Amino acid sequence: MKKRSDGLLRSAAAAPHVVWSVLFIVAPLIFVCYYAFTDASGHFTFSNITGLGNYAGTFALSVCFAFIATILCLLVAYPLAYCICKLSPRSQKILIMLAMLPMWMNLLIRTYSMMAILDNEGFLNKALEAIGLSKVRILGTPGAVIFGMVYNFFPYMLLPIYSVMSKLDSRLIEAAEDLGCNGRQVIMKVILPLSIPGIVSGITMVFVPSISTFYISQKLGGGTFDLIGDAIERQFQRPDTYNVGAAISLVMMLLILVSIAVMNRFTDEADGNGAGGGIIV
Amino acid sequence: MNNEKLIELRSVSKSFDCEQVLRSIDLDIHKEEFITLLGPSGCGKTTTLRIIGGFVSPDEGDVIFDGKRINDMPPHKRPINTVFQRYALFPHLNVFENIAFGLRLKKTPEKEIRSRVKEMLKMVNLKGFERRSVNNLSGGQQQRVAIARALINKPEILLLDEPLGALDLKLRKDMQVELKRMQRQTGITFIYVTHDQEEALSMSDTVVVMAEGRIQQIGTPEKIYNEPVNAFVADFIGESNIVSGIMLEDYMVSFAGQKFKCEDKGFEKNEPVDVVVRPEDIDIVPVSESMLTGKVTSVTFKGDYYEIIVDIDNFKWMIETTDRVAVGATIGISIDPYEIQVMKKSEFSGKYGDYSSFSDELEHLSELPEEEK
Repeated sequence: MKKRSDGLLRSAAAAPHVVWSVLFIVAPLIFVCYYAFTDASGHFTFSNITGLGNYAGTFALSVCFAFIATILCLLVAYPLAYCICKLSPRSQKILIMLAMLPMWMNLLIRTYSMMAILDNEGFLNKALEAIGLSKVRILGTPGAVIFGMVYNFFPYMLLPIYSVMSKLDSRLIEAAEDLGCNGRQVIMKVILPLSIPGIVSGITMVFVPSISTFYISQKLGGGTFDLIGDAIERQFQRPDTYNVGAAISLVMMLLILVSIAVMNRFTDEADGNGAGGGIIV
Repeated sequence: MNNEKLIELRSVSKSFDCEQVLRSIDLDIHKEEFITLLGPSGCGKTTTLRIIGGFVSPDEGDVIFDGKRINDMPPHKRPINTVFQRYALFPHLNVFENIAFGLRLKKTPEKEIRSRVKEMLKMVNLKGFERRSVNNLSGGQQQRVAIARALINKPEILLLDEPLGALDLKLRKDMQVELKRMQRQTGITFIYVTHDQEEALSMSDTVVVMAEGRIQQIGTPEKIYNEPVNAFVADFIGESNIVSGIMLEDYMVSFAGQKFKCEDKGFEKNEPVDVVVRPEDIDIVPVSESMLTGKVTSVTFKGDYYEIIVDIDNFKWMIETTDRVAVGATIGISIDPYEIQVMKKSEFSGKYGDYSSFSDELEHLSELPEEEK
């Protein structure tokens, strides 16, 4: 009797979560699948999917931009995380808070302010002129879009790497030195392999939003670049192209799922016991 | 052990955050020696070890290796390896790769690595463990991997920082014997840090007793036990009764209101001294033949002996004896001259060696691990 009431209580407690998941996670997914495989009049069709060949360039460009942005984030975040870990606990806290500070502001607002800085008549070019250099066209270049991605998603790379690295046992580093590692070898043979879980989390958390972003490319790319996010947004602006938009979304989701699966395979190998402590995505 | 000096510490001092942890340490360590730094926590023994390993640099003084000053030599260039407290094995590498770590850095040929790792695994009794993950090993096994990982590099010196601290009693005893065997077999100088006096006495060629950042005494285990230089050493190593006395003249000391013959000399006439007598060195005799008499206040059966507390002129003495006596009985005791150790007065005088507040129950409680209280 007691057991049954326990079970009831437990399901009652879980109910809000289940309802939430069904309403806002499962149902939208079903809608995406439904629209992806039907035409405007609601008949089953594969034509949305087969027609995606037109978007091959868009997909390629998005993957390319997201890939470059992710690599840049990693290249900057990893050494930064390493340096932060070497500081006093107090300085570490302050620096990590500074890194997170931009996240307190809306992404869109940050992107707009970035426009104001990078614009042809913007802050940066005025400053360049003031010191006697010529103006540089930045907005509308691939560099601006990638910079926007790096700027916006950088904390998602820094934090997981930092959190894994700061938990690294300092005696392991001493043990490596003791066994004959110089400074570079300590990093390559101990710190890097042990921080792979953080790197993998960071890559996933930057790559996924980068590949699906639309406003960054619209605002900083000046409409020159058509990324997947832009394509999806455009299709959903008009009621009659929902189906194509859903098909693109579905393929993108699959793309992301595959890349996460590949990345996770990588961490499993590096960290057989899940003892790394990285954020699991 | 031979007499060639391998490591010399010359007036080494170190402080952390204004707290002086080492006060002018002088220490010679010889080739093939098994030397133990022994002391309570906070005495500076681990800092001394870390200075030798190169992980901490001394504020003052010199570290000399084989005649050369090595103060500024980084750890990876020193021919010294360490077995860390709680092992510090690399969790991302298996047993084989952990042990091979040092050899790989030296670009040793693969074939040699394989045979040497195999040899090490045999020496630490872990044959066939090559492919195991270090995370799935027991404490004792991890300990062995850590020892193998250090010894495979054939260091001149092996530093061991409380390596058996996390093991249970049975395993500790076994490992003590094994460590001693490995040290003899390899001829490597072992510098061992522990707070466990029994461990220090049973394994070492030389024991260095430390307290409050200073070396109190250096000597063989027998010398440290039988001829402690001050109240701290006498109390820290084994049980001891320490009383204040006066050195009347050579070979004659007075304490507890009596004159005793002893074997010590070289003190000033009537110099105040500390006298230490080990509980097992006191004989119970009929009152008529006794040097001192007192009333038994407690008797504890310890298996192969009784531990008796006797009140002699308000000073509580501990005696270990096989004779059975009753609580409340008046007994006489006798102490042979060679059982009396006379020590100079020191900063530790009067702090140790009186059993008036001693209680087995209390001692037992304080030894219990947290969760069992």
